[in-house]
Amino acid sequence: MAGLQRIYKQRIKSTQSLKKMFRAQELIAASRIGKARDRVTMATPYSRAITRAVSAVATHTNVSHPFLVDRTDTNRVAVLVIASDRGMAGAYSANVIRETERLVQRLTDEGREVALYVSGRRAVTYYTFRGRELAGEWSGHSDAPSTEVAGEIADALLGAFTAPADQGGVAEVHVVFTQFVNMVSQQARVIRMLPLEVVEGVETHDAADQLPLYEFEPEPAVVLDALLPRYVRARIYACLLQAAASELAARQRAMHTATENAEDLIRMYTRLANQARQGEITQEISEIVSGADALASAS
Amino acid sequence: MAEFEIDLVATDGKVWSGTARQLVAPSVDGEMGILAGHTPVLAVLRPGEIRVYPGEGAVQRWSVDGGFLSFDENRATIVVDAVSSEPQSAAAAH
Repeated sequence: MAGLQRIYKQRIKSTQSLKKMFRAQELIAASRIGKARDRVTMATPYSRAITRAVSAVATHTNVSHPFLVDRTDTNRVAVLVIASDRGMAGAYSANVIRETERLVQRLTDEGREVALYVSGRRAVTYYTFRGRELAGEWSGHSDAPSTEVAGEIADALLGAFTAPADQGGVAEVHVVFTQFVNMVSQQARVIRMLPLEVVEGVETHDAADQLPLYEFEPEPAVVLDALLPRYVRARIYACLLQAAASELAARQRAMHTATENAEDLIRMYTRLANQARQGEITQEISEIVSGADALASAS
Repeated sequence: MAEFEIDLVATDGKVWSGTARQLVAPSVDGEMGILAGHTPVLAVLRPGEIRVYPGEGAVQRWSVDGGFLSFDENRATIVVDAVSSEPQSAAAAH
């Protein structure tokens, strides 16, 4: 009986220290998420300006660019997966990986050969553990991506897209990332990055906001050549930022649930420990009483 | 003198925005000056210095490492990869 009580006390103690860790992680995630969302807002003017410029070139000229046309000389496609570096974020990484697997399956069924580019240690270990070959991997920045890393990733993907077919060139580039909808909802999404479909800025062009006829300096083809890599870089950076905000939100929620769980456990163990203590007292009393009875009847 | 609006935007956020009388930017074919009412233009920039001449006060300068400039409807948007120095006359602008 005394043994039981001690076991419960130990469990309460360890659950309490776990709860402290969960709480700390929750608070860390909560404080970082503000910054991550700020970064998303800060990057918006850049991507808006660049999208506008790209659609201006695309609407007023008919220059073609390798980034805009479908490649038919290879059936390799690249898939960029953006997951987190650490766990403790509930199903965040698992969702991205599941979405990726579905996409890979679909592409393989279409007779494509998939080259995986992975960002985030969780996804990297997932694939290396399963012996899958990775064409590129990046980690160590998932909750605060920098423009440098986005540039590196974009350069690798653009390099693969422009490479000749016999040197590992790819015909398409897809990105799987988690879109930050709001604090409680993040959704794994797949987008096709390359070849580009220049999206006429979704909300920017109503009749009142027609793009004017631009002069190009030095000439449309060169302008497009300078714009498109930046456009891709900006979009990849935007994906990384979305993923970072989603990761932190998922982590905050997961850690919040874990804290509540720990509280539940502590409450349950406290009850059990009380019961054990009661049981012990009852036993002691009955021992004393029966001892006294035995003495009284003997005399 | 007529003024126009300028937004200077880098990858990780807006650097500066305001109105000015004249803007000089390093386009690939040489320096390019823009005044209010310029024809819409989209220019590729090389690394160099951007100068903004406000209606009054000192000239503001930034050195940038490549990007592009678009001008339409009396609004210039300069999009650069990175701004390598703070404007030297930041204090004078306020």
